[in-house]
Amino acid sequence: MFVDTPSKQRVETPPAEPARRRSAVKAAGLLAALALLVVVATASIAVGAKPLGVGQVWHGLFADTGTYGDVVVGERLSRTVLGLLAGAALGLAGAVLQALTRNPLADPGLLGINAGASAAVVTAITFFGVTSIGGYVWFAFAGAMLVGALVWFLGGSRGATPVRLALAGMAIAAALQGYLQAMMILDEAALGRMRFWTVGSLSSASWQSIGQVLPFLAAGTVLALALARPLNAMEMGDDTARALGAHLNRTRALSMLAATLLCGAATAACGPIVFVGLMVPHVVRSFTGPDLRWILPYATVLSPVLLLGADVIGRVVVRPSELQVGVVTAVIGGPLFIFLVRRRRTAQL
Amino acid sequence: MNRLSAENVTLAYEQRVIARELSVEIPDNSFTVIVGPNACGKSTLLRALSRMLRPSEGRVLLDGQVIQSLPAKKVARTLGLLPQSSVAPDGITVADLVARGRYPHQGLLRQWSPEDERVVQESMERTGVAGLADRYVDELSGGQRQRVWIAMALAQETPLLLLDEPTTYLDIQHQLDVLDLCAELHEEHGRTLVAVLHDLNHAARYATHLIALRGGEVVAQGAPRDVVTAELVERVFGIRCQVIEDPEAGTPLVVPAARKARAAAV
Repeated sequence: MFVDTPSKQRVETPPAEPARRRSAVKAAGLLAALALLVVVATASIAVGAKPLGVGQVWHGLFADTGTYGDVVVGERLSRTVLGLLAGAALGLAGAVLQALTRNPLADPGLLGINAGASAAVVTAITFFGVTSIGGYVWFAFAGAMLVGALVWFLGGSRGATPVRLALAGMAIAAALQGYLQAMMILDEAALGRMRFWTVGSLSSASWQSIGQVLPFLAAGTVLALALARPLNAMEMGDDTARALGAHLNRTRALSMLAATLLCGAATAACGPIVFVGLMVPHVVRSFTGPDLRWILPYATVLSPVLLLGADVIGRVVVRPSELQVGVVTAVIGGPLFIFLVRRRRTAQL
Repeated sequence: MNRLSAENVTLAYEQRVIARELSVEIPDNSFTVIVGPNACGKSTLLRALSRMLRPSEGRVLLDGQVIQSLPAKKVARTLGLLPQSSVAPDGITVADLVARGRYPHQGLLRQWSPEDERVVQESMERTGVAGLADRYVDELSGGQRQRVWIAMALAQETPLLLLDEPTTYLDIQHQLDVLDLCAELHEEHGRTLVAVLHDLNHAARYATHLIALRGGEVVAQGAPRDVVTAELVERVFGIRCQVIEDPEAGTPLVVPAARKARAAAV
């Protein structure tokens, strides 16, 4: 009944088979990504001012006898764990935000969550005299949550649309950036402390700060992964999503909550790290396709690969000093991102 | 009692009222077509029937219950909608898009099943897009894309299917393709179809039940053979015409009066 150009059709391939094969390929790819993460995490423990062999890393991890090497492993371990957690959180949050706003350029920065955390930390330093990393964490997290909630309400709460959320986030981020700059110019002591914090670094990692943010990261991760299917439905437009029985408001509110928990906790623990949350989900999408059931786990695994990789490189290039991970992700990530995006079938850069 | 109806609904966007105290019944197992001039409220009515728009007064009933009071997924297993505009996610394949129609049948505990697989395959075959399963949706022609969206709505497996201007932007061949497909879906499973159409002659040919709206009011409803008359067309669309028998289908055929004759009437 339907007239079609026969040359365009590929009737000979039974369609169910390729679909199943693609799923198998994607599952295998996810395992490979996990393996890559293990390699990078090992490198993160081995590489530094005192390089260690794989044997020594093993010794420090599983047969700690208090040798100098074992102590170094212990110190680098907390840094690596923080990198793993923060990287996963940022990538997952970025993927959720890109789906929520239907905007491929969305990241924690777009919705003002980073700016909220930064503004809260500068406030803590300037007005409350907080100087410890442990103290920053709570301020940063509270700032992120506050801005997340503010964006949600200014974006229209129950009537929120992707565009309104993005506009509200950008406006709040701009205002908070202004506040941040003013504080740093007016207060030199704050400038000194903030200068390092606002770039994002893993070097101040401690088990204490990891413990502080871990519950929020865990809650955010579970919530975000559970939203994959409703977010899939929402990507097809509001009407189609509702026709399929998805709850738009509930999904949007929970997505904002998940993203805010994840970014807020990651930013609180290591300062605002830009670009990971933008780049990794975008790159992941180019080989998984638009299914969030694959994008979310891939982004969770590959983002820490980028973050830890950048951290390792930052320790090597200016040895014995080190470059902050926020600097390295931007410097390396930028060109890499352009290269990957330009190779894509649907390249739009 | 019919499964889907609107009772005294007032439909409004913000303050702008589109229709007041409108009541319609969608006869079960019918292919109902809603026609009317631009801005008469036909798409708004369809949006209310598919719970995209909440009536400011009155109620839409599905199986005797107020549609808003039913769980979203339950409604989505009973009533499907093909909206005027849908977004195909960047880089999605035909099979994956059609598979998303299974959303209301799945949950956290009930993931993808062989049953889903079978329904998706069937839906693609029914709409003639099975051969395109692995193609990217954004590479397809407008007509093919519309069939893919219909396949997605079919995969939802709903006894009622609502279509908002499914033939818009298609050339005549693909318009007929889509309407033929609707007619088949209606005949084969006794599915109830409701469509908003612009072309009165298409409506007269394919509909088993016609609802003519003007200014938010039902002007006439019934079988096209009984409803489509020259007087009605003039009342609803404000044009003079002749209604003759369609030499192909035997249904009413609206032939608008020539320009000079229409000008003389004004």
